[in-house]
Amino acid sequence: MYAWIFRNLPGPLWLRILISVALVAVALVLMVEFLFPWFSQFTSLTDSTIGLVQQP
Amino acid sequence: MADQQTTAAAAVPSARGTQRKPPRGRLTASDILRKISQVLGELLITAGIVLLLFVGWELWWTNVEADAKQTEAVKSFAQEFAGPVTPAVSQATDYGPPVVGTAPAHGKTIGIMYLPRFGPDYTRPIIEGTDQDVLDTLGLGHYGNTSMPGALGNFAVAGHRQTHGAVLDNIHTLVPGDKIYVQTPDGYYTYVFRNNQIVLPSQTDVLMPVPTQPGVTPRESILTMTSCNPRFGSQERIIAYSVLEGWQPSSAGPPSEIATQVAQAQGKG
Repeated sequence: MYAWIFRNLPGPLWLRILISVALVAVALVLMVEFLFPWFSQFTSLTDSTIGLVQQP
Repeated sequence: MADQQTTAAAAVPSARGTQRKPPRGRLTASDILRKISQVLGELLITAGIVLLLFVGWELWWTNVEADAKQTEAVKSFAQEFAGPVTPAVSQATDYGPPVVGTAPAHGKTIGIMYLPRFGPDYTRPIIEGTDQDVLDTLGLGHYGNTSMPGALGNFAVAGHRQTHGAVLDNIHTLVPGDKIYVQTPDGYYTYVFRNNQIVLPSQTDVLMPVPTQPGVTPRESILTMTSCNPRFGSQERIIAYSVLEGWQPSSAGPPSEIATQVAQAQGKG
């Protein structure tokens, strides 16, 4: 799959390496900004309140 | 490089036939199976890496982010704070009953907590509200239905034991007699740690005006801190109770024990 993506990137080798690195970086940013905070609510590591988590 | 290899492989059929693109229409069942398992394998490896990244994010990066936000909150509170940063010469003055402020809006800073037992640099903001948005970035959150500092009753705050700044990581190291200083725009409230208790997450009576005693009229000002227990777990809650020992208005300057930290917070140290 990744080999297929790499083969189908446009441009010479150095450009394709550059694009790959950029794609990985974008994936990382998306994960840190959106995926991980969303997933974090399903872990119970962060429960530190008494009773309902949603307090008035 | 990879391109050249592929062309070479296509030109010269080799034992590693899976590497080259098979001609269309001549895919055998085992070819398809091999392709599916290859993609599946890559996806599973990716999922593993993403999970490891998540662990790293949760245990390390959230602390970096929260520390920065909390330092910012302390700074902006300290900049608006008008009082002197040098302690009054005489510490024996009785300033009368403590002034009790009104709770700010959700997400706004109530004050700063100084807790020397957690390290000389332990300077954390106390924010109104215990929702995830407060606790996950700003640290100590004040339970909106409890008292404000200095009032008779219970001033209760929650904080993470781990991740997102880990503001109460060392809550179990408190020793009876430890001083906990709360600074608000009105002044400095000195609490003395009394005891801690480990309860189930459902035991809300620790937040009552007299903790765990419903219906009793409070005669003391209590500071209650709640966090998760055990560390890296959340099956229980650890509760730390402290009692208000003294109060001094902001005009009197900070208690001498935390004068350095207060000056640092205001950028004058």
